[in-house]
Amino acid sequence: MPSGLIDAYPPSPDRYDEMLAADGRPRAHWQGFADRLHNFPDDNLARRADFVRDAIEADGVTYNVYADPKGTKRPWELDMLPLMVSADEWAQISEALAQRARLLNAVLGNLYGDQSLLAEGLLPPALVFGQHGYKWPCRGVQPPGGVWLHNYAADLARSPDGRWWVIADRTQGPSGAGYALQNRLIVSRAFPDAFRDMHVQPLAGFFRALQDSLGRLAPTDGEAPLTVLLTPGQYNETYFEHAFLARYLGFPLVEGQDLTVRDDTVYLKTLRGLRRVHAILRRLDDDFCDPLELRADSALGIPGLLGAIRAGRVLMANALGSGVLESGALFGFLPAISERLLGEPLAMPSVATWWCGEPPALEYALEHLDDLVIKPAFASMHMEAVFGHQLRGEARRNMIARLQAQPHAYVAQEWVRLAQAPVWSRYREQRLMPRSVGLRVFATATPEGYVVMPGALTRVAPRAGMEVISMQRGGLSKDTWIKTETPVVHTSLLKKRLGVIDLVCAASDIPSRVGENLFWMGRYAERCEASSRILRAALARASSSEGGRDPSFRGLLTAACHAGVLPVETIEDPDEDIEERLLAAVFDPEQAGSVAANLRALAFAASQVRERMSSDNWHALNRLEQVLQTPAATLDQALAALDRVMLSCISLAGFAMDDMTRDEGWRFLILGRRAERMAGLATLISVPLEAPAEVRERMFDWLLETANSIVTYRARYRRAPETLPVAHLLVFDTSNPHSVAFQVETLRHDLERTASELGHPCPPLLDELSAQLRRFDLTTLEAERCDGACGHLGRLLMQIQQGAHILSDELHRRFFTHTVRPVALRRVA
Amino acid sequence: MSAALQPQADQEAPPAAKAQLDCPVRYHLRHDTIYHYDQPVGESRQLLRLTPRELPWQRCLSHHVEISPEPARRLNFIDGFGNAVQSLHFERDHETLFIRAESWVERDAPPLPALEDSPPWEQVRDLLGYHAGRLADQRALEAMAFMFESPHVRLKREFADYTAADFPPGRPLLEAVDALMQRIFREFTFDPEATDVSTPVTEVFERRRGVCQDFAHFMLSCLRSLGLSARYVSGYLLTRPPPGKPRLIGADATHAWISVHCPQHGWVDFDPTNALLPAREHIVLGWGRDFSDISPLRGVILGGGEHEPEIAVTVVPEDEVALVYGDGDPAFPAAIPLIR
Repeated sequence: MPSGLIDAYPPSPDRYDEMLAADGRPRAHWQGFADRLHNFPDDNLARRADFVRDAIEADGVTYNVYADPKGTKRPWELDMLPLMVSADEWAQISEALAQRARLLNAVLGNLYGDQSLLAEGLLPPALVFGQHGYKWPCRGVQPPGGVWLHNYAADLARSPDGRWWVIADRTQGPSGAGYALQNRLIVSRAFPDAFRDMHVQPLAGFFRALQDSLGRLAPTDGEAPLTVLLTPGQYNETYFEHAFLARYLGFPLVEGQDLTVRDDTVYLKTLRGLRRVHAILRRLDDDFCDPLELRADSALGIPGLLGAIRAGRVLMANALGSGVLESGALFGFLPAISERLLGEPLAMPSVATWWCGEPPALEYALEHLDDLVIKPAFASMHMEAVFGHQLRGEARRNMIARLQAQPHAYVAQEWVRLAQAPVWSRYREQRLMPRSVGLRVFATATPEGYVVMPGALTRVAPRAGMEVISMQRGGLSKDTWIKTETPVVHTSLLKKRLGVIDLVCAASDIPSRVGENLFWMGRYAERCEASSRILRAALARASSSEGGRDPSFRGLLTAACHAGVLPVETIEDPDEDIEERLLAAVFDPEQAGSVAANLRALAFAASQVRERMSSDNWHALNRLEQVLQTPAATLDQALAALDRVMLSCISLAGFAMDDMTRDEGWRFLILGRRAERMAGLATLISVPLEAPAEVRERMFDWLLETANSIVTYRARYRRAPETLPVAHLLVFDTSNPHSVAFQVETLRHDLERTASELGHPCPPLLDELSAQLRRFDLTTLEAERCDGACGHLGRLLMQIQQGAHILSDELHRRFFTHTVRPVALRRVA
Repeated sequence: MSAALQPQADQEAPPAAKAQLDCPVRYHLRHDTIYHYDQPVGESRQLLRLTPRELPWQRCLSHHVEISPEPARRLNFIDGFGNAVQSLHFERDHETLFIRAESWVERDAPPLPALEDSPPWEQVRDLLGYHAGRLADQRALEAMAFMFESPHVRLKREFADYTAADFPPGRPLLEAVDALMQRIFREFTFDPEATDVSTPVTEVFERRRGVCQDFAHFMLSCLRSLGLSARYVSGYLLTRPPPGKPRLIGADATHAWISVHCPQHGWVDFDPTNALLPAREHIVLGWGRDFSDISPLRGVILGGGEHEPEIAVTVVPEDEVALVYGDGDPAFPAAIPLIR
């Protein structure tokens, strides 16, 4: 079969075929690769196709498709056969691309500067000020080195006569360069011999240029430059690429909350403090970058960022506002603008495009609709391209009416019949099929001018005869091989093998956001367990006792209210449907403080630090989230569900202690658990202590149960609970991991360690509480009537509970939000 | 100025005041904003656009902003539309934020053209439209910014249709704009309960009610849908206390109106909420494409939820300052001469 592969390949007569010339023979630059295809044994290509598929899975290459029923992550689609481009042809493309990047950069400088292009009538104001992408707050901003456009990409199409045309400009935060690199890493391993023998130009130099240039152009004040890659987060369609590029380029991958602006300077918040950021490679749309001056409802941005940019203290790549050039409506004006701004003719033509806002253009569009594609003039319109020749009847009349009503909103573009290239069809027959292809090519700014990536992301239409190439619609991609005449030296920014110097122990410089989410994960995990215990005790007693009239049971409900598990009004009217209220406190995720609400909060915090958890740990969390999905019909079912929640919580605690890497971030998980338990215990215990003497000891039964110490008590004393031994076990006994003193002492120890590692002095608060606990005279609790001593201890516990909240706030300020300035110690005379 | 255009001013101004109509007037402005937060706010950033803008017929004689707590950083800059902005950054816990802007402004009536002498409106529209290679001067360039959609202004066929009745072919631009303003005033009801800041202009149009901001956004949508250039003006309006009642501190409010570009006459203001051409009783703070460009206060706080500030605005003519504030409170800067 393979010998017939190329013979059986059916090029379309009315299209340019990338592999075969008009005479049906491979083009010169395809010859080497075609020969190999010809000579492979039968099953060889199928095995290579499997290798490509497995490599994508192993590397976790994904592309998120919004509203995809298969879930957000979809494997990247890569055809194993590369697209070949000859050295000569590439030289022309590359030169034209660099020129176009230079031109568009100059246009941005003009539009955010003196706007002479508008004053001279070279560009319609509608296409600038009518674009949502024109950002008024950026007017007058001077970017470092005069570079607005650091990263530029163009989509190219080849017409049947073999010429290349620009069909789209990507100027805001072009995606695809990382996928192109990932394609290269995989395809070069699928065809190692061909890759070596055909002298394919390497990509690493392009990425090194990007990496170096940002550092060199950024305002650093002599400091070693820190560049971060700003992502909207894991739900973004190209999140994989953000993470991959960040790792490849050695830039920390950050979200808006990881950065803060102080004194017009951008800082990265880490657990060790603030680190100045000199350059931001952004994948966040400009609208979302600064809620103070751009979209006010953006939760992804950094308040005050624009101020830092205006002050020239940070480099943005690309500059905010650069998205204004992403409209095809500009194409028709670029040749004249190129002459005006560069004094050069435009090297590569854009596909013929008419902005219908000019009356002759509208007339032309209506006359030649069959040969045109109608597109929006404004990127914010979110309209799909409409092919004139596909419009019939009603749809056609509608389109014409829309064009006539708002001509300025549309462009008419010549319909380019895309060139085709062979793809491997692995599903049905194993053979080569022609598919429409286009190139996405990339340029990056350096202090010496624009550098073009010697390679491209070849984008392939998913089905035969399909006109639109779009990754959102499930498109396929290819590696692109640019050949050189001379052998190449391969370098990579990725090391082949690691040396001792590369060994990583517990990570340092952890972003504050990670510490904060771990802290809350700890608090919510503990809160889920504690609230489950309280509700289990309450549900078990709700039916058997005299209900709300029993003072001991009332005490339990009071404790639940104080702990925030039940709404406060429950205790005011305890007879009212108590079972129903308890069930709501378990299952209703909308009720604040319910177990279900706590589980939801736990799941959210955990999802933010997912990469730090083993898959077993993650599965345990997922199972936990599902336990309360269906509300219980009976009391027994509810009790069983609570048992499952508690078991899962205990296994989470096990993962925390025995499974997670103990770095600076992990410590905050433990601090969160301890602080939460300290507050919870203090709240519970203070309820019986403040109760009248005659009911106090009757409450110890549920207290020992909810504080998870009943087994220890029985083993030690083998008699009904009394005030002194219960208080000792639950408050003072540092060998009981469920005692208040145990939490206080371990917190003191952990905080001291955290403070010394991260360089922040430990708040003295706990030392004082610890001393008070040690000073407490236990003999005062010996007497049968010890109301005074109980009240005293109750007040101390309330202080401890308050202390937990103050501690939590302090940790936030010191390590997460960095709103406490380190205070220099002063000598007191 | 025809009498029909300013019913309020003419009805209430006693004949003796007529003689003073040509003189500039001075106002004292006080604009207080207070936020009470439920939780302490650790970090906060605010942008203030509270400085009255300089115009040929308006001078800002003095301007002072008092802030409590004291911000860690204050910075002044000029925005893309030429408005003065003060940026504030707070880095310490605070539970209230108090901002008081006080200004002395001297205001004269702008030279108003006879409305019927303005050029036909289509001529203005065509002059603003794009023609390849036609040169635009600075004024025309400035007008281009205010012709298109912006966050609160939409370009729609339905707005153009509504407007058409007042814009028959050949009608002088300013006369047509005046007719449109009068119609909005007649057909729309002033109703502070009907809308909030986020109500889209299409809904304002449907329900025919709203506040000054909505009236302005709607009128801008109408004019821009015709291909004209019009901008949003933020400022204050001198209000009159009820007959026999004294002027009260904090009884006024911020106001908004629109300004339309006429190549021969520059920018001409129209106030659709009051159906009049702003003159000496409107004080201009600044302008933009719509409210989002020129809101007097805009901020981001760390933590907390939604917080509605308390706002108190007081506009007092110079001769009533002592009466309103008692002796010596907001001192007039004596050294500044009047505009002549």
